[in-house]
Amino acid sequence: MPSNFWLIAQREYLTRVKKRSFLIMTLLVPLIVAAFGFFIVKIATSDNDTQDVVQVLDMSGQNLGARLISTKQMQFKPVQGPLETVKKDYLKSEDDGLLYLPAGLSLEAPRGVQLYAKGNVSIRKQQAVENALDKLFSEDKMRASGLSQEKLDALKTNIDVASINLDETGKEKNSNALATSGIAYALAILIYLFIFMYGVQIMRGVGEEKSSRIMEVMLSSVKPFDLMMGKIVGIAGVGLTQFLLWGILSLGATTAVTALFADKLAATAKTEAAANPSGTERAANVMGGAKVASADATAAPDPAAAVSERFSVFKALRGLPLGKIVFGFLVYFLGGYLLYGALFGAIGAAVDDQTDTQQFMFPITMPLLLSYLIGLSVILRNPDGPVAFWMSMIPFTSPVAMVIRLPFGVPVWQLALSIVLLIAGFIFTVWIAARIYRVGVLMYGKKVTYKELSKWLFYKG
Amino acid sequence: MQPVLEALNVRKTYGEHVALNDVSLEIPDRSIYGLLGPNGAGKTSLIRIITQITGADAGEIRIRGEKLAPRHIAEIGYLPEERGLYKKMKVGEQLLYLARLKGLSRTDATQRIKAWVQRFDLTPWVEKNVEDLSKGMQQKVQFIATVLHEPSIIILDEPFSGFDPINANLIKDEILALRDKGATIILATHRMESVEEMCDNIALINRSRKVLDGPVSTVKDTFRTQTYSVEGKGRLMVVHPDFEVLEHHERENGHFHDIIRLHAGATPNDLLRYLIGNVEVQAFRELIPSINEIFIRRVRETMPETLVEEVPVA
Repeated sequence: MPSNFWLIAQREYLTRVKKRSFLIMTLLVPLIVAAFGFFIVKIATSDNDTQDVVQVLDMSGQNLGARLISTKQMQFKPVQGPLETVKKDYLKSEDDGLLYLPAGLSLEAPRGVQLYAKGNVSIRKQQAVENALDKLFSEDKMRASGLSQEKLDALKTNIDVASINLDETGKEKNSNALATSGIAYALAILIYLFIFMYGVQIMRGVGEEKSSRIMEVMLSSVKPFDLMMGKIVGIAGVGLTQFLLWGILSLGATTAVTALFADKLAATAKTEAAANPSGTERAANVMGGAKVASADATAAPDPAAAVSERFSVFKALRGLPLGKIVFGFLVYFLGGYLLYGALFGAIGAAVDDQTDTQQFMFPITMPLLLSYLIGLSVILRNPDGPVAFWMSMIPFTSPVAMVIRLPFGVPVWQLALSIVLLIAGFIFTVWIAARIYRVGVLMYGKKVTYKELSKWLFYKG
Repeated sequence: MQPVLEALNVRKTYGEHVALNDVSLEIPDRSIYGLLGPNGAGKTSLIRIITQITGADAGEIRIRGEKLAPRHIAEIGYLPEERGLYKKMKVGEQLLYLARLKGLSRTDATQRIKAWVQRFDLTPWVEKNVEDLSKGMQQKVQFIATVLHEPSIIILDEPFSGFDPINANLIKDEILALRDKGATIILATHRMESVEEMCDNIALINRSRKVLDGPVSTVKDTFRTQTYSVEGKGRLMVVHPDFEVLEHHERENGHFHDIIRLHAGATPNDLLRYLIGNVEVQAFRELIPSINEIFIRRVRETMPETLVEEVPVA
């Protein structure tokens, strides 16, 4: 009775979607995502706002301090006086560091340079100071070796590396390794979480049916296979619905957040080291900007451009094979879910007590966990290597492994083969699960072992 | 008349364990059929084969002469001994769901649910979750779910367990009403008094075999022991060629109460004639074994002594 299958799937879907916890989860997650986005954007902007002020006490007598070039991140401020007084003055000041260039500092032996700070010196700050000094010293050295000022200017280069992704068709795309990895990372986590969360829901659902003893009533009306698949498909529907809602809401929320900061980002981009808006002003921005945020982003082309320039991530996003990623994600989400969901269902059917599920959970979660861990290390580092290839072919690891590879570009034949194997894989696990399910759902009070389970596979209907 | 349900040499094994061994039954149409047997005898296995939850290893089940097939699922209603409902589902929704799984349309099911719920005084509870109902009310809901699709064969496994006497009576009347409307009811139970009260036919299954079956009156007839209970006044002779006094109880003022068994060839009238000639007879009654006694005696015969203690007695 195929109609029964749909009735079951419908019930499984509706009872879960109507639950309050579903609504809460649906609303809460985008909020968290938005908060996260807000946080990241805030960090990105505040990072540009602050300019470390470093006092420079130059005792070298070579006029080094005055020639140190201030940057957006660091301003050098010459000070005078004996070291001890300068130190005391510095401690009273609001400046971020004190650079001490001792007397007798020579090009040949640049030693004794010290950077005082209140508290520990961050690596970033130290590197900025070192870079500025390095530049100065190498210039002086080059001049000392007899190079003229023109030659020196001619030698100066400013290299900006733009990475380009060359695909099979020869088209060039902007690529950004960080953005690509970020997408791969996010997809892997999503697939992993979804398979796990909804797989466990299947297991619990079957367990509830078993422990509430409705199983026998159900089985006098429907086939065990329909009952199992109806549940799996119904819960898949719940997952897809939630995912869709999350996608829409998160997109809305993050757009709002980024738009909220659009004018702010533009302002800093335009007037560089201009006045920093105080905390209260920023808060006011957040509160008041929410409604007009999206309008702001589209109405003002200048700020929008500034934002996209700053966030070259967006440019890189456009270079990714988005169609393939979305298609692949859905296929591997559903395929992986069906493959693992059937096994989770079988566990729920096999054991009486939810606490007994642990021993059977382990071998199932192992490949999933492994593909997640290896995926985010080995595959992310070398998305076209042999480990990546094989893990994206084996149906138990391919859902996570392949989505990590997708943003980096995967040959069509590999994708096709992997999908065929995944389909074969879930047909296999569904077959096994159905046999365990059929026997297990009416088996009470028996301690289930692997040996027992393997016997069930060969019981006659 | 063709039996509504036949089991022909049904056999079922689970691994090494033989649950049913060559069991054959004939269940007449429009009757109440008692399926008796101690725990683990194979009753549930047989029921699960009839309800198509599992299949038989050998032999077959026929419904009105046709081999059991998936289309018969809608014709059968089953109330398992282990009751169960979706706890977090509303009573009304749950009944609708279970009815639709049996092939009822939404409108039909809704109408029938309304009628049954009213009949069982559950109307105020329709919108409540099952877990908020008392155990007795849950049982009522479950009973409704069993008969909602108007099955012609209704299998009830211990239908009275979990009901107080008032509700047990209510259920009993419903069962009889369903029989009168043309349904055949298979009653699996340990409650022997309800078997005697309600069943037209019985079958006794013990240790995976059928050990006895037939109409209740016939079964009782075969287990008659020619034993009579006699009450009267006077002195009764203890040794007589026609009978034997099994028990003798003296009462005050020369009254007595004896249990007397006839020897082969003697009739109750022979005994009465003797009694009338010698004592004043106040009561004379044949001791017909109850189904309960037959059950215990038969189970004991087909079971090793050590297991007899476990035989449940209603």
